Amino acid sequence: MASAMDRDQVVALIPRLRRYARALVADAGAADDLVQDTLERALGKFHLWRPGTDLRAWLFTIMHNVFVNQIRRRRDSAAFDEEAMALPVRPSHDGALAARDLQRALDRLPSEQREVLLLVVLEEMSYQEVASALGVPIGTVMSRLSRARGKLRSAMEGATPSARLQVIK
Amino acid sequence: MSELRISEADLQALVDGRLHDDRRAEVEAAVAADPALAERVTAYRAQAAALRAAFEPVLEEAVPVRLLDATRPRRRRVWALAAGLLWAVIGGVAGWAISEAYRPGVQAPRAQEPLPLRAAIAHAVYSPEVRHPVEVGADQEKHLVAWLSKRLGAPVRAPNLESVGYRLMGGRLLPGESGPVAQFMYQCEKGTRVTLYLRTEGTDHGETAFRYADEGNVHVFYWIDRKIGYALSSADISRDRLNAVATAVYKQLNP
Repeated sequence: MASAMDRDQVVALIPRLRRYARALVADAGAADDLVQDTLERALGKFHLWRPGTDLRAWLFTIMHNVFVNQIRRRRDSAAFDEEAMALPVRPSHDGALAARDLQRALDRLPSEQREVLLLVVLEEMSYQEVASALGVPIGTVMSRLSRARGKLRSAMEGATPSARLQVIK
Repeated sequence: MSELRISEADLQALVDGRLHDDRRAEVEAAVAADPALAERVTAYRAQAAALRAAFEPVLEEAVPVRLLDATRPRRRRVWALAAGLLWAVIGGVAGWAISEAYRPGVQAPRAQEPLPLRAAIAHAVYSPEVRHPVEVGADQEKHLVAWLSKRLGAPVRAPNLESVGYRLMGGRLLPGESGPVAQFMYQCEKGTRVTLYLRTEGTDHGETAFRYADEGNVHVFYWIDRKIGYALSSADISRDRLNAVATAVYKQLNP
């Protein structure tokens, strides 16, 4: 069972899990669902976490597994899930406005490329950390990163990149 | 100038600042000598900055209660409570049915379950819903109110609680013991929810006082006004805060 101190450490990481999930999954409610599933899974197997090791890496690994399972399930019931995803769950505030443009371009990336890009850029994980979180060789991480950046660049350059950057500030 | 071979991985690592000093100097020199490479590095850096800026605000958002709950060992408490309350109701109904079966003579008019208990069950069941918290959303408020009024057979209103920080999400129709009942759901900026439960009472009670009940961890303020019983429930906020919201509801319904 997780001690109070361990729980505090997990709680402190929730904002980062949410940020990553929000970028990974377009819908804010679905993103929080992903975080919730991750936290529940983590709590259920907390005895497997060794104190002293990197809790963040452990949680992101769990989130990756939950995410992959969700995608697999969604593929099985695509029509149903897409409809559920489309429901606006929470009003988006101003900050979400800038995110939406990028989000659209991000969404067009294959999910495994999106994961790599976001872990490197948002979480500033080392390539090795990304490789172990996703359970793939480091060479795969590098090629996914390169493809993600190339595709995102061409998607964003369809519009005026300089104006976009000003909006984002 | 010496011809350097730059790998794709070198380029990515340069963008991410993950090259060792010696190698970085070499890669930087090679990039500087090749405008196309330089342009890519600039674009990728801008892209990373844009991504960070776009999602940075998420870090500042209040963490939803349900996520904090998920880190607690007994996060099933809301569901456990709902289940517990349901069993209590089933037990009560079964007990009533048995005693009724053994009672000879005329059937007495059946008393309704206590209002706060029913309201707390409805709150515990629907307020944790993420995707389908309401049946009809606040964007169709007029339709929602007209529909619920028609089904309950009495004019109902969804009070506007923005002055106390709660926005209407919408509402739903629920089965009561003797007919339809209504539930409106409200949410504050932090994601906490309160629900207003309305049911028609069998007899005209006039106006009753404001009452308070704790049903498990759900706080409930309730009162009856003529033929409609109102109950305002929340599991997330303090009794005082809920009292303030309940007062706002009461004032709006009785101007």
